Amino acid sequence: MELHALTIHALQDLLASGEISSLELTRSVLDRIDGVEPKVNAYITLDRDGALAQAAAADTQRQRGEGGSLCGIPLSIKDVLCTKGLRTTAGSKILEPFIPPYDATVVEKLRNNGAVILGKVSMDEFAMGSANENCAYGTPKNPWNLAHVCGGSSGGSAASVAADECIASLGSDTGGSIRQPASHCGIVGIKPTYGRVSRFGLLAYASSLDQVGPLAKDVRDAAIMLGAISGYDPRDSTSVNQKVPDYTAALAPDCKGLTIGIPKEYFGAGLDPEVDEAVRRGIALLEEAGGKTVEISLPHTEYGVAAYYIIAPAEASSNLARYDGVRYGFRDHDQDELLEMYRHSRSQGFGEEVKRRIIIGTYALSSGYYDAYYKKASQVRTLIVQDYAKAFSQCDLLVSPVTPAPAWKIGAKIDDPLSVYLSDILTICTNLAGLPGMSVPCGMSSSGLPIGLQLQASHFSEEKIFRAAYALEQRLGLAGNKPQL
Amino acid sequence: MKITPEEVRYVAKLARLSLSEAEVEKTTLQLDGILSYVEKLGELDTTSVQPTTHALAIHNAFRADETRESLPQQEALANGPLQNGEAFVVPKVI
Repeated sequence: MELHALTIHALQDLLASGEISSLELTRSVLDRIDGVEPKVNAYITLDRDGALAQAAAADTQRQRGEGGSLCGIPLSIKDVLCTKGLRTTAGSKILEPFIPPYDATVVEKLRNNGAVILGKVSMDEFAMGSANENCAYGTPKNPWNLAHVCGGSSGGSAASVAADECIASLGSDTGGSIRQPASHCGIVGIKPTYGRVSRFGLLAYASSLDQVGPLAKDVRDAAIMLGAISGYDPRDSTSVNQKVPDYTAALAPDCKGLTIGIPKEYFGAGLDPEVDEAVRRGIALLEEAGGKTVEISLPHTEYGVAAYYIIAPAEASSNLARYDGVRYGFRDHDQDELLEMYRHSRSQGFGEEVKRRIIIGTYALSSGYYDAYYKKASQVRTLIVQDYAKAFSQCDLLVSPVTPAPAWKIGAKIDDPLSVYLSDILTICTNLAGLPGMSVPCGMSSSGLPIGLQLQASHFSEEKIFRAAYALEQRLGLAGNKPQL
Repeated sequence: MKITPEEVRYVAKLARLSLSEAEVEKTTLQLDGILSYVEKLGELDTTSVQPTTHALAIHNAFRADETRESLPQQEALANGPLQNGEAFVVPKVI
């Protein structure tokens, strides 16, 4: 197997023994990018020279006995995280010329760990989307079938991992944007508990929901990545000061002692029969691994999408007010009146979906509608949080599908935003409650598209998720399953 | 509730967005569909339910009120689409 196809943990051994260098590894990944990127279109900005320089530095670091768990490992980064001196677009024309003067905390942590940052990968504009079809720089393709979407909004991250155009990646998840593309691309993606990972330097979409997390080739790699980026950050006032466990130590081949809840509302009408079958097979394997299953009810699940599509756009309308064409980003220089300059710069710089959500959010927050929409949605959010609290008094984990169906064809839903919003129905409530959630591959559809299984746990219980996901992965034997490109 | 093109134009103005007539028409239809779906929330009685604004029990995080180092002026200005080396330049307001 070529170096670019290996996992972080396999490469750690090869790098530690001196069998390979980070320079060799990085060249292998760059060659792979040259070979498949014209088909996949995962990258917005590739920093070839920077990556090779970082790899050489990592090799020196390693020789000195320095560097962390990711020393010399080439990674891609969703283009929503600030990278000092490296263009950061958020998938938007409005930020096309933006060169951040600082690193996001998670990027700084990766650099301090010795990781090699290859470049910035595709995303739905400002992380708004479920298919990565709203990117100003083109749609990345699903490596398993290039006619299909790879999911969004961290679609570039998922595609780059699945296509071996990096060893692992960072994404962000506001309503399912790590888990959903991970599911569609047959890889592992985890959205950690809100507050576990710093949001400093993450270009904000909906601040009370956004969370950064890894996308990786297998469960162990996801645990290594999450360990590297977790922890308190005084620069993020919503960061939680709590000790970070060793997630890799939680990986065990069984689920003995874990009670696994099956939320009945997640297996309702509209679920693709092949997804239903694959997830139920996964549940049977978790039982075989020693997990005890119980049926759980989360009665307000069906209201999650409606609450989310008020709360997230409301926060977005506020967060995106900063893009005014004055301090950074695109500006329409033809306007000689300030308000017109704002309006024309924003209208030309933002794409259709972003404008749609800003308008929804502004409407929901406007005078006379606040109580009917935003307050109501925030109250329903409380009911969803209470559903979970009750569920986790009865079980350790919740198991469900990630998406109602495998990845759809590119363009199939482009004019029907509501139908796209409903594809997030199984992931959105996790964000409203701030819980950790993972997508782990559990099967393939008859048309050859991956299917993911979702694991959710109570706040800061990522270790339970890793344990069950690892036990499942060991029994399924899907790790190492690769698309033909 | 039926959304009108006038409401879309008004909200777009509040949001500092300029929409073409075709965009107003399309947005009106789509917003109407989305908000009709959101009406679903009205099925629930939330009279005695406190709203959640934050997923965790985190309260305001205060920092000491002290001067700290900031970005150098040139770095802070570097991404400005129009600047004069000392400040961002905008169309005359007064």
